Amino acid sequence: MTLLAVERIKLFSTRSPYWCAALAIAMAVGFSALLAANAETVSVDLTQAGSRLALVVVLVLGALAVTTEYRFGTIRATFLAVPNRTSALVAKTAVVAVVAGVIGEVVAFGSWAMAKVIKPSADLAINSGAEWRNVAGVGLMFAIGAVLAVAVGILVRQTAGAVAILLVWSMLLENLVGIIPKVGVKIQAWLPFMNADHFLAVNPPSQAESEAAGAVVYKLSQWGSLGYYAGIAIALLVVALVVAKRRDA
Amino acid sequence: MIQAVRLRKHYGQTKAVDDLSFVVRPGRVTGFLGPNGAGKSTTMRMILGLDTPTGGDVTIDGKYYSELKQPLRKVGALLDAKWVHPNRSARAHLKWMAVSNKIPVSRVNEVLEIVGLTEVAHKKAGGFSLGMSQRLGIAGALLGDPEVLLFDEPVNGLDPEGILWIRQFMHRLADEGRTVFVSSHLLSEMAQTAQDLIVIGKGKLISQTTTEQFIADATQDHVRVRSPHALKLREILVAHATVTEDAVDGALVVHGIPAQQIGEIAAENQIVLHELSPQRGSLEEAFMQLTKESVEYHAH
Repeated sequence: MTLLAVERIKLFSTRSPYWCAALAIAMAVGFSALLAANAETVSVDLTQAGSRLALVVVLVLGALAVTTEYRFGTIRATFLAVPNRTSALVAKTAVVAVVAGVIGEVVAFGSWAMAKVIKPSADLAINSGAEWRNVAGVGLMFAIGAVLAVAVGILVRQTAGAVAILLVWSMLLENLVGIIPKVGVKIQAWLPFMNADHFLAVNPPSQAESEAAGAVVYKLSQWGSLGYYAGIAIALLVVALVVAKRRDA
Repeated sequence: MIQAVRLRKHYGQTKAVDDLSFVVRPGRVTGFLGPNGAGKSTTMRMILGLDTPTGGDVTIDGKYYSELKQPLRKVGALLDAKWVHPNRSARAHLKWMAVSNKIPVSRVNEVLEIVGLTEVAHKKAGGFSLGMSQRLGIAGALLGDPEVLLFDEPVNGLDPEGILWIRQFMHRLADEGRTVFVSSHLLSEMAQTAQDLIVIGKGKLISQTTTEQFIADATQDHVRVRSPHALKLREILVAHATVTEDAVDGALVVHGIPAQQIGEIAAENQIVLHELSPQRGSLEEAFMQLTKESVEYHAH
């Protein structure tokens, strides 16, 4: 608990988390407003279209939480105060994940509410389980993404490098893999951010439909996809913790 | 007490610290002296568990730093005054440190008062001058009221007033019975601050002794003598002392006997003297002499 309090003080006594949170929320909610204003029909999952943009900002927040510590040497001050590096870094990851989760919920419900305000006539009632997962699940997706971002931050230690890796990976690389003939979509079924998207989908096509369309055929259930995405993030974090423990600070 | 036993830190072929053994005792200010790149900071980082030694070990009262439960209450360190987030206020910086070791948050105001930063406590540390940053670093080191204090080059970039303040401050800490270990590459600074000295060069121990002894050994007195009959005088003097010649002006440099005796010898032999001046070797010269072999980069 002490360490969580420490990391909370550290995170909130700098400005970048506030900026990142504000930017993430503004981008997603703004995107939702644009879509709602221009689309003929607005559905619940359309209101969430901007969450992927916000995720990118949250990934940056997660990476910055670590890389700025390396940049300014405060990570050494941290390890002096808490020689058990693993618990210090796990506490940091937990705090960042919770903050990311909260941002995710604000993004999701904020985007939904914005669409409702702009198109009051649209049927935006969240009534099916799939729709609840689509909206409320954004927080979970962000929290796990933050864990992954912190892990990359610990491994890379430099802001520019960590942010570049996270942006290219989440925005570009996973989509580009699909271009590879034949095996591309098969690989995509096992990529973490693709699985995160699969988890959030309201009406994912059935395996047969995907196969017929040459799209990604997910082998996991939607919750299974979330578990897989989380598993990748945690595995990466474990690697990062082992490296941080061995490395000279 | 800090004890290093055959401490080593190698980076590939480079031996940053090589077979270094020393003891730092409580109640005294111990200077850690060596030219830049001698391995002082690396040694300090190993004491604090930031870097893992390649071999040997270093303990604080018999324990590794990583074994300390609330390390800030045992050891306070100022390794780099820049280790502060520039957007974080001085108070917030000290607050998270206090919380991490269950130190009452009221202590934050106390240490800010001690180092004289109370008025700028809410200001961002990024805007601090080097002197203020050093003071903030010292506040952090004092936070847990620790028995052992480590300072890495604390006077670097400070104005004379700040240097005097730190010097007196370290003496006070030692007088309270604490172990104070402070590194510097300036012997003149250490001569005024430290009671004991650990001198290293290229990662190896050169000497561990009291400052007094070190200075006495390092700065031998000699006498400059100029005479129109230098050759004759030299022949007589070699029986009593070591005599060399100043490469610049050809004056005799006499080690081993005082000026008074040289004068008497000259008079006995009816030799005219143009100069007879006792010289005291400078501290810096002596230090350079001693560490000449172990300086990493030379200017030519």
